[in-house]
Amino acid sequence: MKYEGNAICFGDHVDTDVIIPARYLNTGDPAELALHCMEDIDKTFAGRVRKGDILVAGENFGCGSSREHAPIALKACGISVVIAKSFARIFYRNAINIGLAITECPEAAAAVSEGDRLEADFSLGLIRNLTTGAEYRTEPFPPFIQQIIENGGLIPAIQKGII
Amino acid sequence: MGMTMTQKILAAHAGMQAVQAGQLLLIEPDRILGNDITSPVAIRAFARLGKEHVFDRDKITLVMDHFVPNKDIKAAEQCRCCREFSREQGIPHFYDAGRMGIEHVLLPEQGLVTAGDAVIGADSHTCTYGALGAFSTGVGSTDMACGMATGKAWFKVPPAIRVNLTGTKRRFVSGKDIILHLIGKIGVDGARYCSLEFTGDGIASLSMSDRFCICNMAIEAGAKNGIFPVDAQTLEYLKAHGAKEPVVYAPDKDAEYIREIEINLPDVTPTVAFPHLPENTRTFDEIGEIPIDQVVIGSCTNGRLEDLRAAAEILKGRKCAENVRVIVIPATQQIYLNAMEEGLLRIFIESGAVVSTPTCGPCLGGYMGILAKGERAVATTNRNFVGRMGHPESEVYLANPAVAAASAVTGRITSPEEVMNDEI
Repeated sequence: MKYEGNAICFGDHVDTDVIIPARYLNTGDPAELALHCMEDIDKTFAGRVRKGDILVAGENFGCGSSREHAPIALKACGISVVIAKSFARIFYRNAINIGLAITECPEAAAAVSEGDRLEADFSLGLIRNLTTGAEYRTEPFPPFIQQIIENGGLIPAIQKGII
Repeated sequence: MGMTMTQKILAAHAGMQAVQAGQLLLIEPDRILGNDITSPVAIRAFARLGKEHVFDRDKITLVMDHFVPNKDIKAAEQCRCCREFSREQGIPHFYDAGRMGIEHVLLPEQGLVTAGDAVIGADSHTCTYGALGAFSTGVGSTDMACGMATGKAWFKVPPAIRVNLTGTKRRFVSGKDIILHLIGKIGVDGARYCSLEFTGDGIASLSMSDRFCICNMAIEAGAKNGIFPVDAQTLEYLKAHGAKEPVVYAPDKDAEYIREIEINLPDVTPTVAFPHLPENTRTFDEIGEIPIDQVVIGSCTNGRLEDLRAAAEILKGRKCAENVRVIVIPATQQIYLNAMEEGLLRIFIESGAVVSTPTCGPCLGGYMGILAKGERAVATTNRNFVGRMGHPESEVYLANPAVAAASAVTGRITSPEEVMNDEI
């Protein structure tokens, strides 16, 4: 399971209220949520994300509410992977459950610059910065988590009888 | 190795004798909760699972509280989705306008949680029920859907941080100040993935409202759950609210804690969390002159009767400052009724405050008190993130109900002592 994309960087404690403000939670439609993703801290975000981009953040990414709309909005924007120094626990769970690849890697999160070309290999547990040549180790995903993500989340994985 | 309270409850719900931190478990929760924001996503996911019926309709609770009474057409559609699902599935614990309250105040009030229970809820403040000696934690909509279908949820057993409370709290200090003090000390990720287990002789002086408030904001320190030991006060509360027979757990003497924190309650003074994180706490010697535009008294954190009494004590016979909008939101219909009978609503209205029907509305910037660009609010709510109550350039200061009421009177962030000393 391998992803490649350009890095978009954020700091510490990016909360679910900025990932998707509650005023838009009157819908669960991914395309509509994507339009407002991150707008309170970065109005240009939804417009500039390219399919496959990799979001890189600091500590405690996704803290706050349990809204699954947050990883849904990021994924619908085109984000393929989130790499952070650490994640808030409900966000971590929700991201895997909706099929968004996500990994803790403090070293990579500290070193990557905006726009760097990154490759994340979840089978090997390896992040490569193709721009600088640096490599970082991360925890590989066990096969069942890879299958959940590859199939688009826990529900489709159950539907297909994979888990 | 001994177990913590949380570990014992998880073990019991996984059908195991013993568990240890880091272990993955499949548990059978006693209750699965959702609201009008998270349930529609879960209901659609449930439909895709192809299951005709929920695993146990009595164990599911749906509360329409975030945007209810419906704030707009889309919010109304979301509630209709929940209403139709509840009707189809025959879910008895479905709470709509007229019966509903803010979920984490409503469930204990209705006796739907008891000591020793394991509760999952698609709302991060589900951790509130730890005040009753239950394990409860927030999950997402997919977990809620799978829980409704199978009656199961997976968890990693959390390590624990022990918070030892000693002594008796001072006047105008509430559970809110204690939890803000703790978050200020350990940070918004200070308890990430952990359980916060409260112990110590200081607990005896904390009311159930204080304990609910403290556990409610455990998530604001990143915790999986917060939990209090069960004492006579807990048992009395459970009995008064018709909860089912409690199962009382206590931590083993040799339970492992990865960190121990001491809080001497007499040292805690009214505390305010400045924008834009709950960890940015200050006490009144560090606050200075901060004019405000709005005050919100309510939410799952501080919308209980005791909170309204604390605010009314200060607002009685006083007027809210000109140019400050004051919004009071009793958390449930029962609290609304009690506040009316006690004359609190009259005090609020005569002071110039508005009193709303129960709703989460302004806490999460939904409706019923949205801030304009550059405006500041003192709120008894739980989060002060960027844009939380409205415009991304507005500001939220978190405080206890007495501080909120005192600030309503002066129009700036104010200690209750300052306002009440006027009398003497």
